[in-house]
Amino acid sequence: MNAHTGTVRGKERYRSGVMEYKRMGYWEPDYTPKDTDVIALFRVTPQEGVDPIEASAAVAGESSTATWTVVWTDRLTAAEKYRAKCYRVDPVPGSPGSYFAYIAYDLDLFEPGSIANLSASIIGNVFGFKPLKALRLEDMRFPVAYVKTFQGPATGIVVERERLDKFGRPLLGATVKPKLGLSGRNYGRVVYEALKGGLDFTKDDENINSQPFMHWRDRFLYCMEAVNRAQAASGEVKGTYLNITAGTMEDMYERAEFAKELGSCIVMIDLVIGYTAIQSMAKWARRNDMILHLHRAGHSTYTRQKSHGVSFRVIAKWMRLAGVDHIHAGTVVGKLEGDPNTTRGYYDVCREDFNPTKLEHGLFFDQSWASLNKMMPVASGGIHAGQMHQLLDLLGEDVVLQFGGGTIGHPMGIAAGAIANRVALEAMILARNEGRDYVHEGPEILARAAETCTPLKAALEVWKDVTFNYQSTDTPDFVPTALETV
Amino acid sequence: MKLTQGCFSFLPDLTDDQITRQVQYCLGKGWAVNIEFTDDPHPRNTYWEMWGLPMFDLQDAAGVMMELAECRRVYGNRYIRISGFDSSHGWESVRISFLVNRPPDEAEFELVRQEVGGRAIRYTTVRKHAAHAST
Repeated sequence: MNAHTGTVRGKERYRSGVMEYKRMGYWEPDYTPKDTDVIALFRVTPQEGVDPIEASAAVAGESSTATWTVVWTDRLTAAEKYRAKCYRVDPVPGSPGSYFAYIAYDLDLFEPGSIANLSASIIGNVFGFKPLKALRLEDMRFPVAYVKTFQGPATGIVVERERLDKFGRPLLGATVKPKLGLSGRNYGRVVYEALKGGLDFTKDDENINSQPFMHWRDRFLYCMEAVNRAQAASGEVKGTYLNITAGTMEDMYERAEFAKELGSCIVMIDLVIGYTAIQSMAKWARRNDMILHLHRAGHSTYTRQKSHGVSFRVIAKWMRLAGVDHIHAGTVVGKLEGDPNTTRGYYDVCREDFNPTKLEHGLFFDQSWASLNKMMPVASGGIHAGQMHQLLDLLGEDVVLQFGGGTIGHPMGIAAGAIANRVALEAMILARNEGRDYVHEGPEILARAAETCTPLKAALEVWKDVTFNYQSTDTPDFVPTALETV
Repeated sequence: MKLTQGCFSFLPDLTDDQITRQVQYCLGKGWAVNIEFTDDPHPRNTYWEMWGLPMFDLQDAAGVMMELAECRRVYGNRYIRISGFDSSHGWESVRISFLVNRPPDEAEFELVRQEVGGRAIRYTTVRKHAAHAST
């Protein structure tokens, strides 16, 4: 289907009136993307009767220079350079009526170091375009020249570990529950118990900001008392993600400064604050030696359905450029959406310096990160100690495992819940490093560790039957080739 | 207080056999193995004393275990840790670290609070003196 449709050139191209996008220079099947081009892959679902090539060319047009009619002012510009070029359209395997459209954008179309500008182009207008039934941004490739205009993660995995003095195992965290209603004093109690018990981090939830039941200063003060008490009681560095999300940037800076003044090593923001606010806080975090945790609040509204929206792998790439240190990236086994292969792709985006094309993980392009720091993925939502072997196998070592309910809901108390998780984790790492088949022997390794740890025994008993086995909605669509199955 | 720094502090103290297997894991990864000791395990004390240079290019964990035995003979009343260092690009840092020796009397810390304005407190973690460490 990747045939020429005959781009109109010269004087004819600029005759007043309406012309098909595919004839205006937005469909160029012979175009080879330059190393410096930004590439976007869209899943295009045209309305009935709309030619998929024309629909894809329209996406290229509407996300770059085009409007609905020919304009003579194009002739005042190097228009051919600025036109995004759709260069390939493939039917989506197993999904009739949908097409993968590859579109290349010249680097000059984008402001250096601005996710706001990048996203305003790529997802700005085009998602509401009438001839399309649905549209999804599946993946993007950023040239090194563009990657290098971004700060990247303020701290990165390596320096985070060095600051915390914690190596060789996933970090352990918990979100304070209930998520709403606790007073500052009671909230700090949960933080203290969890950290003293053995967690590395506790976390504010996405919607804990400054409410009538607990204003932010109160929370910060009690939480830092808890962090410091736990640190002195264990001899270990501890932290709590103080959520500085607020209604204005001024308020966010004020909260960030207060967290710093109190000696916190980490602050937290929500994805809903917007890309520019995220980049501002990333710069603040870099200037102030602060780890920056991002809660991906709101993402499922546009990432979950395969037909329309933006894939989370794109959001993860944007966030690595924007400069956050932690990002929630799925658990596979927990309560929230997460196909294993798709999630693996997200984790690779966070942690590798180079991502090779891997269709089975949803990665459509080679992507070099050009030594930008690595982001620590965070696994949170419906996980517990009994899944430790699976979590380690699926998510690896450089991850924060957050057991909220799995700590606070422990029958013997919060500290006991923390101990259970830490013992389960350390026993699994020990076994893995010894070369044991820990994935299959996992339950046995845990049972053995529980013999000398009553809290772990209780945790395994209470949550032994908890699993979340539902069909994933967001899975990669690809046809395995002979080469890939070798 | 049981100091919980390092990768395996919540498990019963590792036996020499267990330590050997962890060291072998590091060597298998091509990491340099380092032995360090201290009598100041403050959570912010990054630089423990090095027991010689990191052991690069080693094949067999036995070499590390000999050094560990020697280090314990001299500094058995201090904390000793083993770490694996990965020099590959993008890491160039420690990849694993765990305690292999504790002093008979473990360190105790206490929190010193300095009250400042606006209900804020400046916290300092300090070592408790041995005289009242037992309380």
